[in-house]
Amino acid sequence: MSDQGIVWEVFVQKKPGQPFVHCGNVHAHDAELALQNARDLYARRNEGTALWVVPAKYIVASSPEDVGPFFDPANEKIYRHPTFYTVPEGISHM
Amino acid sequence: MTNKEALFNYCLRLGDNNLILGHRLSEWTGRGPMLEEEMALCNIALDLLGQANSFLQYAAKVEAKGRSEDDLAYLRNDREFFNTLLAEHPNGDYAFTIMRQFLMSAFDFYFYDELKKSSDETLAGIAAKAHKEITYHLRHSSNWAERLGDGTEESHSRIQNALDELWRFTAELFEMNEVDGLLLKEKISVDLKSIKPKWEKLVNEVLQRATLKIPVNTFMQRGSRDGKHTEHLGYLLAEMQHLHRTHPGVQW
Repeated sequence: MSDQGIVWEVFVQKKPGQPFVHCGNVHAHDAELALQNARDLYARRNEGTALWVVPAKYIVASSPEDVGPFFDPANEKIYRHPTFYTVPEGISHM
Repeated sequence: MTNKEALFNYCLRLGDNNLILGHRLSEWTGRGPMLEEEMALCNIALDLLGQANSFLQYAAKVEAKGRSEDDLAYLRNDREFFNTLLAEHPNGDYAFTIMRQFLMSAFDFYFYDELKKSSDETLAGIAAKAHKEITYHLRHSSNWAERLGDGTEESHSRIQNALDELWRFTAELFEMNEVDGLLLKEKISVDLKSIKPKWEKLVNEVLQRATLKIPVNTFMQRGSRDGKHTEHLGYLLAEMQHLHRTHPGVQW
């Protein structure tokens, strides 16, 4: 079996309601087996309760050259930073 | 045969089956067809080894002759093992390993679901944990059986060969003897007659999706309930027990 399938990026969710976090990738020939492989490699030791797998080719990434124009924080525009609001009590994961 | 002897034998049967099948799967370590599959098989092997450990530990306790689970695993000869013939079969190619695993996992899935209700609390407890793990083993092996069966011409013929070769060891899974009879009376063991139709239904469904044909008029092999095995078990034990027999009482 020299054909290893395609690469899938794996995202794991620690607990319901929390964001899915990228944890690595696996090879697989289809979605169901990609999920299984992901479970075997990344979610066997209580790492999470839900998984996403996405074919790597569908991930659209920014390129390293974009660092300046794309990510400069515009620190002088303070209205972009919602620091004037107080977070109500009991709200988590903000 | 006393009830205690029957329970001891029953625990050996379950422990040995998981130990031997687990050892077979662990033989794929370093040789898997792809990294992800090697991990999957090793994980299944570890689950089975854990189950074997629990059953043999309990067997040793029931026997109460000062033997440990290690003594039972590493210091018995092939005639003293009670695993099914299906479990001891060599790996063959990947399709062969998958078919063996599928037939076995499908059986274990229904078996442990019933054993969960055993009046023996220890057996019921081990079964509850095992059933969770086996649900995954079944999912993995049936998925692959379908894909290989319904895959290319070569994968189809390889897994069909595996089915043709292994089918004659399936009747033995449901064979009951004096041990089963004695323990059934106390609601300790599983009535294998009751799980056979469920197993057949599932196996038929999966094999149909996999476009595979069950061989007809196959002569069914038996023997493991009496400690009689294929020639393969002796070689497996020689390798598996080598370390312990060379260094008796060795600790990790």
